[in-house]
Amino acid sequence: MDFAALFNDVYLARFAILKGLGVTIAISALSIVLGTLLGVGVGLVLTYGPKPARWLARGYTDFIRGTPVLVLVFASYYVLGVVGVDLPPFDAGVLALTVFCGSHVGEIVRGALQAIAAGQTEAAKAIGLTFSQTFAYVLWPQALRQMLPAWVNTAVEMVKASTLLSIIGVGELLLRVQELISRTFLSLEFYLFAGLLYFAVNFAIERLGRAIERRVALPT
Amino acid sequence: MGYTLNFAAVWRSFDLLLDGLGLSLALAFGGVLIGCAIGIFVAFNLTVKSRMRRGPAQTYVTIIRNTPILVLILFVYFGLPQLGVSLSKTTSFVLTLAVYSGAYLAEVFRAGLAAVPPGLREAGLAIGLRESQIRMSVILPLMLRNALPSLGSTFISLFKDTSLAAAIAIPELTFEARKINVETFRVVETWIVTSLLYVATCSVLAALIRVAERRIAIPR
Repeated sequence: MDFAALFNDVYLARFAILKGLGVTIAISALSIVLGTLLGVGVGLVLTYGPKPARWLARGYTDFIRGTPVLVLVFASYYVLGVVGVDLPPFDAGVLALTVFCGSHVGEIVRGALQAIAAGQTEAAKAIGLTFSQTFAYVLWPQALRQMLPAWVNTAVEMVKASTLLSIIGVGELLLRVQELISRTFLSLEFYLFAGLLYFAVNFAIERLGRAIERRVALPT
Repeated sequence: MGYTLNFAAVWRSFDLLLDGLGLSLALAFGGVLIGCAIGIFVAFNLTVKSRMRRGPAQTYVTIIRNTPILVLILFVYFGLPQLGVSLSKTTSFVLTLAVYSGAYLAEVFRAGLAAVPPGLREAGLAIGLRESQIRMSVILPLMLRNALPSLGSTFISLFKDTSLAAAIAIPELTFEARKINVETFRVVETWIVTSLLYVATCSVLAALIRVAERRIAIPR
């Protein structure tokens, strides 16, 4: 291992690396935010939707959750191009990750809503709340707490999945690092370095999630 | 749109896809088998009081869970040869998958261990079993039965991760699909068939796991 050379090369390539890290964070943030919005919608349909809509949502989540992310990334990049929607790699990748994230968040939302004791809804009915009031004041706040840990996990998974976009040529962190490796041949050092950067991002997310969990925990 | 679906090219190479699927399954089985051994070992270490043993186990789980598997795969395959550890494609992938799954399975088994009532250990001590005997013949079987549902879903998710073996040119399902794409340009059809193959395999695996769960459920 030649760490002196690594530091030197990292310093020389600091702008490329930072740019890659920026793209990684942009991909992850976009797909987490859009995927969560999609997922909340899907989760609500899965729990409260009319039968046909529920089947549709179930089909979507089961199909996407049964397909590897890499296949989704390839499909969204190549298939959409063939049928006339020519997305650049970044957009196609974010689309694939969003669809993936949405299916996972959908299941998380459904699970969280169904885990709330039926007595809560009955009590809300008894004091005369409408369904939308029950949802907004009774069910949703409890569901949010319930799904926070799983959601943070999904966020970490999305950052990890963003590496797959390097395969369709999105200039995120891993692709930048691979470019550096093909110039310097320091594969061991640079992959270690990339792993450390990803670890730092994900560890920060995990810690942040724990801190929020503690803040919003119900006093017992 | 003006695109007509034509599956003929895909059916002609369908046995290639099936070969790829077989290899994907083999990779997943191999990885998870070793991963289970790692996971059980780490899980026992996670539950002991001694900080000397819990610390390294916790660190392993945290680091691996927060690092993208693609980075790990590339690190092992391209990085380790610099240290003189040259593994074949398949060996390095199965090993990486084992180390990666070990971290997730450790958490699964830790939860399984926590669900074994402490009274059973005490009962074992009372009838004169040694600590190691209690572990092997009392706690381990119960823990495995507790852990089976999560073990199953972890296995399915690892099966999907075998698609990343395409990144180091192992001829599994995703790799074969890309090859067919390059040769026939039937992109839409290939990805439809490929993702359906993944979804179908995942459903079959899920069904098998449900059967196994019923068969070995702890009678109450």
